[in-house]
Amino acid sequence: MIIDHPLLGPCDAQEFTYKGDACLIDRPEGLGDGAEAAFHDYAYLRDNPAGLHRELWFHEQGDRSWLVVTRNTLTHEIVGVELARDVARSRGRGR
Amino acid sequence: MHDLAPLTPLGAPAPHCDDIGPLRIAETPDRALASVSARLGQEAACKTALGALIGADAPDIARYTGGTPLNSFWIGPHSWMLEAPYAGHSDLAARAKARLGDCASVTDQSDAWARFDLTGEGIARVMERLCNLDLAAMAAGTARRSVVAHIGCHVIGHDSAHATLYGPRSSAQSLHQALIMAAKSVF
Repeated sequence: MIIDHPLLGPCDAQEFTYKGDACLIDRPEGLGDGAEAAFHDYAYLRDNPAGLHRELWFHEQGDRSWLVVTRNTLTHEIVGVELARDVARSRGRGR
Repeated sequence: MHDLAPLTPLGAPAPHCDDIGPLRIAETPDRALASVSARLGQEAACKTALGALIGADAPDIARYTGGTPLNSFWIGPHSWMLEAPYAGHSDLAARAKARLGDCASVTDQSDAWARFDLTGEGIARVMERLCNLDLAAMAAGTARRSVVAHIGCHVIGHDSAHATLYGPRSSAQSLHQALIMAAKSVF
């Protein structure tokens, strides 16, 4: 499997490690109201789509950047790759 | 004070060198290294300050910039490695930190890495047995981190007849053995 890195171009998936669903970016506020329930859902609840899935990949044996890879779980086709940093900032995260 | 004698990453008093066919694989221990990572919100300031430090533009993505005597290569987003002859630059990290100030975190990387220089013909044919990177297609002055024989390494392609590998010092002998085996299978 080849992941088209936004900075470096096509890289072998061997260089990456897989983290999980990209919804892990949306970590709940730890001190807010309902934090316990929010963290339960954050830690345990995942969608399991047959089709497009956004997931976090880490370029461990490369430039150490985190990527959000949109992959079709039925065909393994990769239809989009973004820097996780850009995705997080587009959702209002400051760091 | 103990009178300690320095050893190279391969464990000998003097650097090791192998000539296999037209290719020379040379251990090059006399380099000081320091990594530079921009702090949050200081990315542009760090790049400017790094450029002033090395006397050239800070290397762009996957690029190596040779200066005199400070070299630098890109290792990740807003991160670079500084490289200089160890003689005269044993305090490279401290000097870089003094110049870069609060816009970057600087870490001394000397002795963390084993450096091997490949010179001569057939570098791409040897590396294609070991590494995902296509050195034959890589532009001169490209610096990438990848896996060489299952070992995470920085690979710098200076030109078709010279490449530099930085691998973890603790895996120096494994990396060296892999290079020798691959070279012998080619030549």
